[in-house]
Amino acid sequence: MDYIVTLFQSLTVQAIAPTTAAFAIAAIGLNIHFGFAGLLNIGQAAFLLLGGYGFAISIERGLPLGIAVLVALLCALIFAFVLGLPTLKLRGDYLAIVTISAAEIIRMVGRSSILTSLTGGSNGITGQSFNGPFFALSPLPDHATTILWFTYDNNGVNGWWIRIVGWALVGVFTLLVFALSRSPWGRVLKGIREDEDAVRSLGKNVYSYKLQALILGGLIGAIAGIIYVLPSSVQPDGLGRSTTFFIYTALLLGGAASVFGPVLGAVLFFVMRLLVQTLAQDFIPTSIMNGQQATQFSYVLVGVALMCLIIFRPQGILGNKRELSFSV
Amino acid sequence: MMLLALLASATSLAFGPSAAHAATTTPCVVDTTTGCIQGTLLRSDGKPAAGVTITAKLGGTSLPSKTDDTGRWAIPVKAAGTYTVTLNEKTLPSGQYLANAKTNDRQVSITLGAVAGTIFQLSTTKGAVIDNNNTGSDFSWQRLAQQSASGIRLGLLLALAAIGLSLVTGTTGLQSFAHGEQVTLGGLLAYTFANTFGFNLILAATISVVISAATGYFQDMLIWKPLRKRGLSLTQLMIVTIGLSIALQYAFQYFYGAATVRIDTNNPKTIDLGGVVLTVQSYVAMGISVVVLILAGLFLLKTRTGRATRAVSDNPALAAASGIDVDRIIRLVWTIAAGLAGLSGVMLGLVLNGVNWQTGLQILLLIFAAVTLGGIGTAFGALIGSLIVGVIVELTNLVLPGDFKYATALFILIVILMFRPQGIFGRRERIG
Repeated sequence: MDYIVTLFQSLTVQAIAPTTAAFAIAAIGLNIHFGFAGLLNIGQAAFLLLGGYGFAISIERGLPLGIAVLVALLCALIFAFVLGLPTLKLRGDYLAIVTISAAEIIRMVGRSSILTSLTGGSNGITGQSFNGPFFALSPLPDHATTILWFTYDNNGVNGWWIRIVGWALVGVFTLLVFALSRSPWGRVLKGIREDEDAVRSLGKNVYSYKLQALILGGLIGAIAGIIYVLPSSVQPDGLGRSTTFFIYTALLLGGAASVFGPVLGAVLFFVMRLLVQTLAQDFIPTSIMNGQQATQFSYVLVGVALMCLIIFRPQGILGNKRELSFSV
Repeated sequence: MMLLALLASATSLAFGPSAAHAATTTPCVVDTTTGCIQGTLLRSDGKPAAGVTITAKLGGTSLPSKTDDTGRWAIPVKAAGTYTVTLNEKTLPSGQYLANAKTNDRQVSITLGAVAGTIFQLSTTKGAVIDNNNTGSDFSWQRLAQQSASGIRLGLLLALAAIGLSLVTGTTGLQSFAHGEQVTLGGLLAYTFANTFGFNLILAATISVVISAATGYFQDMLIWKPLRKRGLSLTQLMIVTIGLSIALQYAFQYFYGAATVRIDTNNPKTIDLGGVVLTVQSYVAMGISVVVLILAGLFLLKTRTGRATRAVSDNPALAAASGIDVDRIIRLVWTIAAGLAGLSGVMLGLVLNGVNWQTGLQILLLIFAAVTLGGIGTAFGALIGSLIVGVIVELTNLVLPGDFKYATALFILIVILMFRPQGIFGRRERIG
């Protein structure tokens, strides 16, 4: 019994972690691309990375917090333009290859040795060099608080303040998507996903709507990047292709084109993976599977889960099959 | 060469700094109040240089250290900051000089509880300049020739994987993200048979290629054909390949760990051909690639099945209507593609001196670039595309630092997709 309680507690700790919130926000952004507009962007991690870089480097250069967030958003905006203007007319799978390549270029340039003074090269930027202003903003008193079994410093680097802000942002963006999906703008977007030519024949500028969707999802991705790097550090190799694929897995698990799908998916993604890893570590003898192999085993299952999801239940848990169409 | 360095750096990243630090024998232990500035000093012949004094200065404090018998040195620091690290050139062994002497007084930033490394390089000539980033500052025709040769080598090995992928994409429309893992699989299998089982290299390579081809056959039988019958869209199928790629990457780590394993543990011999130095294995690998590529070309152009393959690639519906068994052709294409990818992996492993779980992952986008550049579905185009991509990747080193070499290839991929998405030899109607 004790084991189950401890396991449950460790899973809930993972569920409310800032990284989970960051993933949820990134998945909300990706949902606007993939779920609502039908754009196969597999470079979402680059939006996170640019958000993280823009924010961290601005603060390192002494800019105030608000300006730093604006710089992060500006980086994502420019990237979305550069990415979207030439490619949104291409077929879906070409867009996929362009976005993944562009994301890799951002990562490689970020980790290159000649930019070490700016981006820290492959070592990245340590958290303490940019997270000060954010934690100074916290109105909470300086001590640890325990709610249920969750004990964190109020203003610690990985404490309550970042959790509160992170999940509040998840709430804000979920509401935003809820409102947008019912707005005329959202309906046009869904129309483009279903039948581009029909929407075009109604006199709508399909290209412009797609670009707007790409930008909005990218900006949300940049905010996700800020939340992702604040409790840790900016690591170019930590925001590579795998991150994008995991965000996809989370989105498809929860349900693309649904309002709460990305959030549910992100939480489930982390909790299930940790559950598999913990159970494998605790019940499979180390002679068969050691601790590191248990982690790798859990990621093998992530890959298999992604395959099974897209084959057997492409609408995920909360999605509606009729809402989902794959562009090619 | 730079590819090797890139692989090595990727491996060390995967391991993290702790593994590297555990190997240090010097008495510098990182804790919350201590940081270590450290490095290893090697003579120009690769042997450790002992007894050399290296000093770190911050403000008025000066912290000296001496390299030990293994060439290692470490300076424990109790205050974070940017130190000036200097090697005392008078303490160097006789006949050894500091290369890049201008960078002797170098700035090293360190925080407490962390390790900062810096490497001094030695040379047998006084005032030598060794350029590790291979930037364009020391352009020479000799380097151009060397890099071009490396580029053609990379291109030929990419071509093996690219032709298979091009045929798969041509016949099924699918862009397989798991093709990189097929390359890795070939290399890792060769390692297993050559090292764990002790087979000779040729036998090990042959078995690896056969098993690789078998994985292609069974993949199509168990996954791709049922999914085609199920009527999954291409986008869905592409996401399936992404899932497969993730699962395989971690499965490789599960069985082989994250380290680079060497298929052939002997030190490779090199051949100097008019100033271009490549290993013997490189020449053999290039030779095998050329032979296999010619055979693949003859198969496609001269045999009945090969013609049927090109027919399916051109227009599956029309091919089926004219009596070609499209499913049989696709099964064959998957088998050949996986086999060629496996062969590419074996030879990449030999040429790059090792293979690890992300060998294929790192070249996947280069393969995509090669296939797109040449024109999807055209085997000949994939060959030309691969050679161009390979040479561009290696020549990038002449003008830009080594870490940009893949970025250039990907940039070219994006430019092609924007201006000529059908590639050099492709036809417009494939673009959709």
